[in-house]
Amino acid sequence: MNDIPTPDSIGLSREDLPNSYIGRSVPRPNVPKLVQGRATYTDDVVLPRMVHAAFLRSPHAHARIVSVDATAAMQVPGVVRVFTGQDLAKVCDPWVAVLAHLKGMKSAPQHPLPLDRATWQGEPIVAVVADSRAAAEDGVAALRVEFDPLPAQVDMETALAPGATVIHTELGDNLVFQRTAVQGDVDAAFAAAHKVVEATFVTGRHTGVTLEPRSIIADYNRADGTLTVHQSTQAPHMMQNVFAKQLRMEESQVRVICKDVGGSFGIKVHVYPDEVAVAAMSRILGRPVKFVADRFEAFASDIHARDHRIKGRIAVDADGKILGFDIDDLTGIGPYSVYPRTSAIEGNQVVNLCGGPYDFANYRCTTTVVLQNKVPTCQYRAVGHPIATAVTEGLVDLAAQAIGMDPIEMRRRNLVRDDAYPFTSPAGMKFEGLSHHASLKKLLEMVPVERIRADQAEARARGVHRGLGIAAFIELTNPSPFMYGIGGARISAQDGATVRMDPDGSVVVASGVTEQGQGTEAILAQIVAHGVGVPVGKVRVITGDTQATPYGGGTWACRGAGIGGEAALQSAIALKEQLLTVAGTMLQANPASLDIVLGEVVDKATGAQRISLSEIGRIVYFRGDTLPKDLPREFVQTRHFITKEYPFAFTNGIQACWVEVDVATGMVKVLEHWCVEDCGRVINPLLVDEQVRGGIVQGLGGALYEHCVYDDQGNLLTTTMADYLVPMAAEMPEIHVGHVETPTRESLLGAKGAGEAGTAGAPGALMNAINDALRPLGGIVTAQPFTPASILRALGTI
Amino acid sequence: MVRMKWPAIGYVRATSLEDLWTAQAAHGGSAQVLAGGQTLLATLAFRLSDPKVLIDITRIAALRGIGAQGGVLRIGALTRHAELGRDPLVRQHAPLLAEAVPLIAHPAIRNRGTIGGSLAYADPAAELPACVVALGATIVLASARGERRVAAEDFFTGLLQTALEPGEIIAAVELPSATAATRCAIVEVARRSGDYAMAGLAACLSLDAAGTVAAPRLVFFGVGSGPVLAAKAGAALAGRVLDHAAIGAAQMALAEDLDPPADMHGPPEMKRHLARVLTQRALGRFLPASEIAA
Repeated sequence: MNDIPTPDSIGLSREDLPNSYIGRSVPRPNVPKLVQGRATYTDDVVLPRMVHAAFLRSPHAHARIVSVDATAAMQVPGVVRVFTGQDLAKVCDPWVAVLAHLKGMKSAPQHPLPLDRATWQGEPIVAVVADSRAAAEDGVAALRVEFDPLPAQVDMETALAPGATVIHTELGDNLVFQRTAVQGDVDAAFAAAHKVVEATFVTGRHTGVTLEPRSIIADYNRADGTLTVHQSTQAPHMMQNVFAKQLRMEESQVRVICKDVGGSFGIKVHVYPDEVAVAAMSRILGRPVKFVADRFEAFASDIHARDHRIKGRIAVDADGKILGFDIDDLTGIGPYSVYPRTSAIEGNQVVNLCGGPYDFANYRCTTTVVLQNKVPTCQYRAVGHPIATAVTEGLVDLAAQAIGMDPIEMRRRNLVRDDAYPFTSPAGMKFEGLSHHASLKKLLEMVPVERIRADQAEARARGVHRGLGIAAFIELTNPSPFMYGIGGARISAQDGATVRMDPDGSVVVASGVTEQGQGTEAILAQIVAHGVGVPVGKVRVITGDTQATPYGGGTWACRGAGIGGEAALQSAIALKEQLLTVAGTMLQANPASLDIVLGEVVDKATGAQRISLSEIGRIVYFRGDTLPKDLPREFVQTRHFITKEYPFAFTNGIQACWVEVDVATGMVKVLEHWCVEDCGRVINPLLVDEQVRGGIVQGLGGALYEHCVYDDQGNLLTTTMADYLVPMAAEMPEIHVGHVETPTRESLLGAKGAGEAGTAGAPGALMNAINDALRPLGGIVTAQPFTPASILRALGTI
Repeated sequence: MVRMKWPAIGYVRATSLEDLWTAQAAHGGSAQVLAGGQTLLATLAFRLSDPKVLIDITRIAALRGIGAQGGVLRIGALTRHAELGRDPLVRQHAPLLAEAVPLIAHPAIRNRGTIGGSLAYADPAAELPACVVALGATIVLASARGERRVAAEDFFTGLLQTALEPGEIIAAVELPSATAATRCAIVEVARRSGDYAMAGLAACLSLDAAGTVAAPRLVFFGVGSGPVLAAKAGAALAGRVLDHAAIGAAQMALAEDLDPPADMHGPPEMKRHLARVLTQRALGRFLPASEIAA
């Protein structure tokens, strides 16, 4: 395995191996259409007889719906129809988001529009369908909906306390899920430890702000009983199943088409009630119905994430050896677990990932997942990782400080050794092969630590406070059915690719993984060009159509390259073998003596050109009569791939952050940031670097700026881009990215995921950097986002 | 509930003030004046305002142009922020405004937004209202009834409230030209570049050869319901040689000048603290080199 030739592996420059695309920064073929405005986003799709939906959303965090009067709305010019929860319940069943392997998990049935109760501010309550979106909004403005406000359960800390408002009385309480992982003897280890350090961490509730908002067109055709859904989604096949199941249809009657997607970050891999409502309304109307969330709706209805309070303790011996972690995580997830992935996964990930980079014996971690009247939370880029990393690395830094050890030395003594694999972590995670020490070494080659420490001392003398922070992390990628499938969710862990050659020698690959702007289609083209032996410009890529691609899971949890890429590589190699079989017959040569280079069949030994693929295509497709009757000539090959040896392909990496804190104003300026990560085989270095950079920016955003702020009545206060602060280019530092490559042996390609590494480590590195800067002043911050107010409070200024 | 698509709205383009008065007479209170549109268009999309007709005034020549005459700089209300930032007369006669422009939002907004629009909207965290109060400007108002002049510090009357009467628009801003003794600075603390300030200060004063302060005007923004002229802090500076002690006295006096509200970024005490920090940072620039070294 892992013996595919790359320029590096055979000691050639890239120019010397023209057929090699794996490992090359090939320009993305879909970039011109994106930057020229010629992409096809869902909102660009216009269908005959199409109508537009707008929603009246709950102004209350928790309220009984007393009455809905649509009389005036129906008089608004252009309004076609008004739908309530009762109307949609006639054609659409509710869903309950639990997974069987998350023992004891519970949640309440959720309808596309609620029948009698609003449970978060922003929940869609009534839908108006009209000739245009503006007319639909006019109709919403004319609706008369009477609410009876109920007490709202806002604070997760009191969700399980006596007197809490139980959001769904049939559940008995607000507890969704609780799990404790234990390894070793934590109490004994802490009792005997040289030092025990503890802290309480908070990760701020935030969301993934996609440039293109959630968008859907559902088109139910009464003539043939089919539902065609154009949707901005990460998982077309999962959505096909959801629409079929909820609308009581056969999966084969539903087709989901997903063309260009303007960013997802996990936001677009969930089932949203307004989107299911659109499908149900189309089912009733027999007309295409379009809904595009506006920015307000995005803030009030896209999933939120990372609303956690974590109490953590670490025990170390006198040499700085970590003896154990003891962690208690609490997270509020809104009023419903989100279907079908559930909202317990994030807390579960915290349990799985805390302490992840380190070799230690004693571990206890509990997550408690509770309901509250806020926007539902679910999986967002790097699910649980930034939380676990910030807690782990925050505690490691505090322990290092407590025993007077350099934080880098502390990590060197505790990171799992590079020759220790396979390795099972105290949390039970199985690691095939990681490279913590090689990554630390590489990081220290990139970060001028001595110069930084000298600068720090010199600046402190001038009253300028700078700090350096480090955070090692692990990242879960290439998930097997152990993530969702074993829990009963129909989410494919397997993906397929079909590769075909057309008569002109061009190649088309259809893949079950999807593109949301990160370059999936670019790497699929590279892999197939590499595998077949054609110029990358000869490869066309089809993704995002349940009727035209092999069944698959889509792109999430960092599986596009590792799973979809391997399926594409295997099918490309199969097509190449088939092409060489036919070429061998035509040329009366042993196929094993031939190769394909840049679209030409060549003699493997001499490189002499023998016949072009387009000539083979011409003969096979138009003069097949000239070939032997029994010659197999299927220039279409399909392969599927699923990981089998390990539940997940873990990756690892380490980040460093260098900041300046203005201790008078509390403002933090990130001066420079570094990341070394190991995603196995790098297919396109430029794309991986930009994925890492984008991930870091999102991580820094959550740690510094992004915050879904609620008042104590459950009113969301951050509903515009002026209030919800995303990181902007002006504030972002130079980001340096380095790689260590430890390919997974589960696949020929050897690729693991790369998309979440940046987000996983950045908040922890930033927190440690700020605290390094504040250390001489005696301040420490552990609650994200690290706002000026929080830093001034930590310093005792306010 | 907030929405994002405009309702249907009528549109009239006025090409002269006479046109404008005629259109206003025809449409009355249901008409809304449209200039740079940087606030109005968002409120329309949010359906926070509900005009039936927009009267576009951007082609009215009388509201344009920048001129200096007799120690007064006159800036037409339609002057866009970007124009303000690159105009040589502004740089010469009112350098505070030129310094303020890069702090106003982002280039796309600066290319469209106008000084008249910013003053008329009177956002308490905006830079230009504070600047014109600090500079002792006069706001020239026009209506079908004629023209009148209001001192900038009297123009801002409350949260998003001004002395503008129905049917009245801002025609121009008139400012006394800076002299050799004038010292001005604008400083602010914003979460990200281009954001509304958590706290800001537009400061203007005169320094004589001995370093004595005259006519100090410290105007804070983002800390009240509008631009806040810190009278007590000004009094603490007036007639004193500008040194660390004088700045300290001004900082102390702010306790009586400011009564900031809490906002999403922090409690009132944070804004008070930031105001003191900004006072030091703005005035510290005018200290003689010997004081800075100390």
